[in-house]
Amino acid sequence: MISQIMGVLFDGFAYGMLLFLLSVGLSVTLGLMNFTNLAHGSFAMLGGYVTVTLMRDAGWPFLLTLPVAFVAAAVASVAFERTLFRRLYRATELNQVLFTIGLVFVMAAAAAYVFGTVAQPVRVPDYLNGSFRIGGINFAVYRLFLIGMALVITVLLVIGLEMTRFGAQVRAAVDNQRMAKGLGIDVDTVFAVTFALGSGLAGLGGALAIEIVGLDPSFGFQYLVYVLIVVAVGGLGSIGGSFLAATLLGVSDVAGKFYVPQLGAFLIYAIMVGLLFFRPAGLFGKR
Amino acid sequence: MLKLRVALSCAAALLLGVAGAQAEDTVKIGIIAPYSGQFADTGVQMDNGIKLFTQQHGDKAGGKKIELIRKDVGGIAPDVAKRLAQELIVRDKVDLLAGFMLTPNAMAAGDVSAQAKKFMVVMNAATSVIIDKSPYMVRTSVTTPQINENYGAWVFKHGTKKVYTMVSDYGPGQDAEQAFHRGFKAAGGEIVGADRFPVANPDFSAFVQRAKNANPEAIYIWVPGGTQPAAIAKALAERGINPSNTKIFGQGELTLPEALKSMGDSAIGIITAFHYDYNHQSATNKEFVGAFEKMHNRIPDIYSVGAYDGMHLIYAALDKTKGKTDGEALVNAAKGMAWESPRGPISIDPQTRDIVQTIYIRKVDKVNGQLVNVEFDKVEKAKDPTHGMKK
Repeated sequence: MISQIMGVLFDGFAYGMLLFLLSVGLSVTLGLMNFTNLAHGSFAMLGGYVTVTLMRDAGWPFLLTLPVAFVAAAVASVAFERTLFRRLYRATELNQVLFTIGLVFVMAAAAAYVFGTVAQPVRVPDYLNGSFRIGGINFAVYRLFLIGMALVITVLLVIGLEMTRFGAQVRAAVDNQRMAKGLGIDVDTVFAVTFALGSGLAGLGGALAIEIVGLDPSFGFQYLVYVLIVVAVGGLGSIGGSFLAATLLGVSDVAGKFYVPQLGAFLIYAIMVGLLFFRPAGLFGKR
Repeated sequence: MLKLRVALSCAAALLLGVAGAQAEDTVKIGIIAPYSGQFADTGVQMDNGIKLFTQQHGDKAGGKKIELIRKDVGGIAPDVAKRLAQELIVRDKVDLLAGFMLTPNAMAAGDVSAQAKKFMVVMNAATSVIIDKSPYMVRTSVTTPQINENYGAWVFKHGTKKVYTMVSDYGPGQDAEQAFHRGFKAAGGEIVGADRFPVANPDFSAFVQRAKNANPEAIYIWVPGGTQPAAIAKALAERGINPSNTKIFGQGELTLPEALKSMGDSAIGIITAFHYDYNHQSATNKEFVGAFEKMHNRIPDIYSVGAYDGMHLIYAALDKTKGKTDGEALVNAAKGMAWESPRGPISIDPQTRDIVQTIYIRKVDKVNGQLVNVEFDKVEKAKDPTHGMKK
């Protein structure tokens, strides 16, 4: 009984960390830059394709492809930001949504054109496969790896934002742009770097997620909803909020499916509605 | 002046006459399939089958020229499918409809086919009731009960007494579950658990854990193609459930080539039932696969063979009616037709207008270093068992 609950908690936490990895970048860009980038899932897809292509065609080891996925998504986002997104910083949220959704369609079609519409085979190295049992609970190695990566990224992000100069500049630019500019902070560059960071995280999240969820050109659409739920429930711009929201959602999703499978996917939405009802700005949201 | 006018009118009349006759010499086929969106890959493979057939057999049948008009339905969109079918018939003046990857679209277009009395060939959609929508409809693919009810009986007869089933919670998955349960229980088996998971489920850990807790002798899985097969197979392997300790039964989608590539050796021993595999050992299939690979740089699958056979049916029916395209003539020509398809011997049941074919039982094995589905048993002349059953 206890081991069952522990098992559900572990699996739920691991699933939550998968959602966190995919969403934390959006929390960064959406919260800190107030730019609704729904193409976030497509950057994750890009990271996934980078990993698959490097592993399959260039024979790279899986772990080595992860930083490349991060960088590729970051570079792509910089290109998009310079050419397309910066025209929309002053636009209404609706326009940003419409534009970035259009981008999702374009990127899905591009992926289908370049890689084909077939689901991509993904195989991680053997040392990341399998599981071991401790006290009746099944610990899957890859899920432990996901949890580990999520924790490392959280720590790095929090340290980065709270304890570095750059982090301080980001926080200043978000709180009061004009004042920050007046103090000589190059807000444009700060935002561009932050955007790249957020999208790079998406790429990394995508590369890590595909082993569990698979990869095809509709990836950007499929995980958009989950990512938005995590960000909405966690509160925009709050990394801790995203972490908590992802944990909550992951555990309740797995627990729901385990104990009451007929509820299926419904529970995750029910929790989102319930939480937002009482805290419309999310768990740790500022607005 | 009068002579000139008469001459010109005669010339015009002749030209119109010729143009009219040319229009009658062409048979237009309207193809409705998802060429974009989530199901684009299946649409591509279906179209590849059509293209291969027309490349091999030319564009003439029944003494007429064949013209194909393709329309993209984009995904599950019955209202779009209905509109496209109507437009094809009314505006493009097609003589028959073909394609139909997805059940809701086939159902919607079926209404149009019945109303307009147009011959319709369903090349993929696998739900039983579709065929009842129009008396001018035939199917060249497969139905879910055709595979799964026969499979359930086979599983029991081959030594498995208890099965835990896990299926995707939507039309085809529910159909498969019901059909398998029926076949298995009728033969004498016991279902120890039946779970349904949401469509496009990202994380299977909860469901797999439930299955593991039930400690079943065998697990039956139904998932659609795409990313789900590898995801659930990996979740099972992660938890130590593999064919060496638990029999794993599935419909062919579970062990599609790209899924096998993701699963690796943990897939060896999974038993599936399906109506077509590119590895099927027959001269007809070897030729088909070779030509397909040469033309499309890809291996054919059930969508390709369903479309290829559908085109064969259309051409053969037109030959039989000597080019007549009214629904009645074509559907009567199609009833009872039998031929050797790359998948094996198939025929169109004259009573139900549905396909009759062999269901193969295959096991995943490593052959020449590659994971493939090896056929080791079969159920011949399998029909859709729900047909004609009154609810």
